[in-house]
Amino acid sequence: MREFVLLQGDEACALGAIKAGCRFFAGYPITPATEIAETMAKELPKVGGTFIQMEDEIASAAAIIGASLSGEKSMTATSGPGFSLMQEAIGYAAMTETPTVIVNVQRGGPSTGMPTKTAQGDVMQARWGTHGDHQIIAIYPSNVEEVYKYIVTAFNYAELYRTPVIFLMDEILGHMRESVYLPYESEMMVVPRTGETGLAEDDIFHPFEGDDQMMATPLVKMGKSRFHVSGLVHDESGFPVGTPSDVSRLLRRLDNKIRLHSDEIVIYDEFMTEDAEILVLAYGSVARSAMKAVKMAREDKINVGLFKPVTIWPFPSTRLRQLLKKVSAVIVAEMNLGQILFEVSRLNKRGVKLEHLGKVDGELITPQEILDSISRVKSEIMDL
Amino acid sequence: MAVSRLTKYLRQDRMPHVWCPGCGNGVIMKAFVDAVDRESLDPDRIAVVSGIGCSSRVTGYLNFNTMHTLHGRAVAFATGVKLARPEFNVIVMGGDGDMMAIGGNHFIHACRRNMDITTIVFNNNIYGMTGGQYSPTTPTEKIASTSPYGNVENSFDIVKVAMAAGATYVARSTVIHYAQAVQFIRNGLKHKGMAVIEIMTNCHTYYGRYNSLSKPQDMLNYFKTNTIQLAKAKTMSPEEIGDKIVAGEFVNVDTETYIDRYEKMREKALAAEGGERE
Repeated sequence: MREFVLLQGDEACALGAIKAGCRFFAGYPITPATEIAETMAKELPKVGGTFIQMEDEIASAAAIIGASLSGEKSMTATSGPGFSLMQEAIGYAAMTETPTVIVNVQRGGPSTGMPTKTAQGDVMQARWGTHGDHQIIAIYPSNVEEVYKYIVTAFNYAELYRTPVIFLMDEILGHMRESVYLPYESEMMVVPRTGETGLAEDDIFHPFEGDDQMMATPLVKMGKSRFHVSGLVHDESGFPVGTPSDVSRLLRRLDNKIRLHSDEIVIYDEFMTEDAEILVLAYGSVARSAMKAVKMAREDKINVGLFKPVTIWPFPSTRLRQLLKKVSAVIVAEMNLGQILFEVSRLNKRGVKLEHLGKVDGELITPQEILDSISRVKSEIMDL
Repeated sequence: MAVSRLTKYLRQDRMPHVWCPGCGNGVIMKAFVDAVDRESLDPDRIAVVSGIGCSSRVTGYLNFNTMHTLHGRAVAFATGVKLARPEFNVIVMGGDGDMMAIGGNHFIHACRRNMDITTIVFNNNIYGMTGGQYSPTTPTEKIASTSPYGNVENSFDIVKVAMAAGATYVARSTVIHYAQAVQFIRNGLKHKGMAVIEIMTNCHTYYGRYNSLSKPQDMLNYFKTNTIQLAKAKTMSPEEIGDKIVAGEFVNVDTETYIDRYEKMREKALAAEGGERE
């Protein structure tokens, strides 16, 4: 029997992370992500893991990178202000190809904003928050069951692609309690941390060597394979280099490592898109309202479908481009002033009608609001 | 070529180093590997973490597990390393700007936690890498590129900060007192808990040049003639000590470390659960 439990989104995030092999968590209290730290403080010692409450979010991000480079799978969790503070360390993790997971339970911003209210204002920050060209993976579930399932995916991607993975949630998702079926053990694939290099005693481990498929060398535990890690531009050995070709080679490899594997990384869900003339694009907690709205509109005989990106980065562009060829209009429903709308507009070469339902008042977009938007778009299409 | 017993601890293929001729950082690097050698530590079980700055480049030359991390954050990275691998000797090395300004918060909290980290602060009273700006340890009235008319700020006494914050081993020496520096680093490596060893070093290129000590030997002579050993300093009045450097072991106490306490708590959590450790 699958385990049937009542879980809060934040709790599911912590418990799923432990399932994925996370044994080190460093964090700092912040609404609405605190419950993740609280759950970790309670559960990690019981599995031999370690929780520490650091002096700030900068230290938290630094500590999880240190722990990961030493051999433990690690995670931190925060919200807007803390996520801003972590950006430099996220860049360090990208540069040093350190697998780790950074959870951002989004609240209203900018600045202190609305600590107890929901928002989706950090999706572009997740992509571009740290300085310099870099790729990132960001996963955004839309219900508690998905939180549990996709936090495991986040850890797996971190290991496979040796990259920091941003796990986006929002206040609704973090604080919502739902009855969920936990997946069977056999349904959960967990990518382990490689223990040893298999290299002979005197061989030199090159932690920063990509293979010809542009995959990263799996990270090994610190110890026998002594290696050097630096945020400076470096070669395969990890030591600083500085000729123009060295710099270009590293930056392009880091970019290719994720970009060329986008098709394997991308996750999305579709609902009733086969015959859709109107497409609703929504993610995170808004996707649930959108699902309900689509069902309601179908009852009104409107051919509407839902497209839900789960990986926000890389964005599921290939599939969305296909859908943009078939539909007459797209409604992007999101709790910000047009961040993913911008991403969709870049793909909309055919000039399909783009409607934005953006809400920034701290309240969830309701099914009725999306339904109203669908009805309005439907009548506008008919007028054309 | 005669090879020193210490060269095996250095990545000789990474030489020459980036430091200026006559820089004291090399002396501290040697004192560290000398201490490692004398304590017969296993190089595979040593992790050295540094931040950003001249002295932080030391990790590139040391043949251990090494991390050259972010400006000011070395202690926080090292905290993660130590908690993930408690069996490791974790050492943080960095400068006065890295450790006391941008990284000051991490430094004091690691002291407070009695985190089992050996922290070696290379104090040259200036930001060298960026070209000689005043640091939190630049004495008042001294010249730096950002205090061209004399520094108006008060300076930190690193030893006092470490003591007040709860470090359980605190010592200070200078690069001219090599044997003492090696001894303090050895003591720090052996110590269970947060060890802070401040070593005064010469940046004649900036600090010295701006303040009439432009040759390495000028600064080394300054350290030699202006250092008072702690035992003697205790017999002197603050006025007599003035701006002289007081060298010695200020704190050396054995108390429970963060790791000790966490381990106990873990057992408690397991017992409450009635479970077994994975």
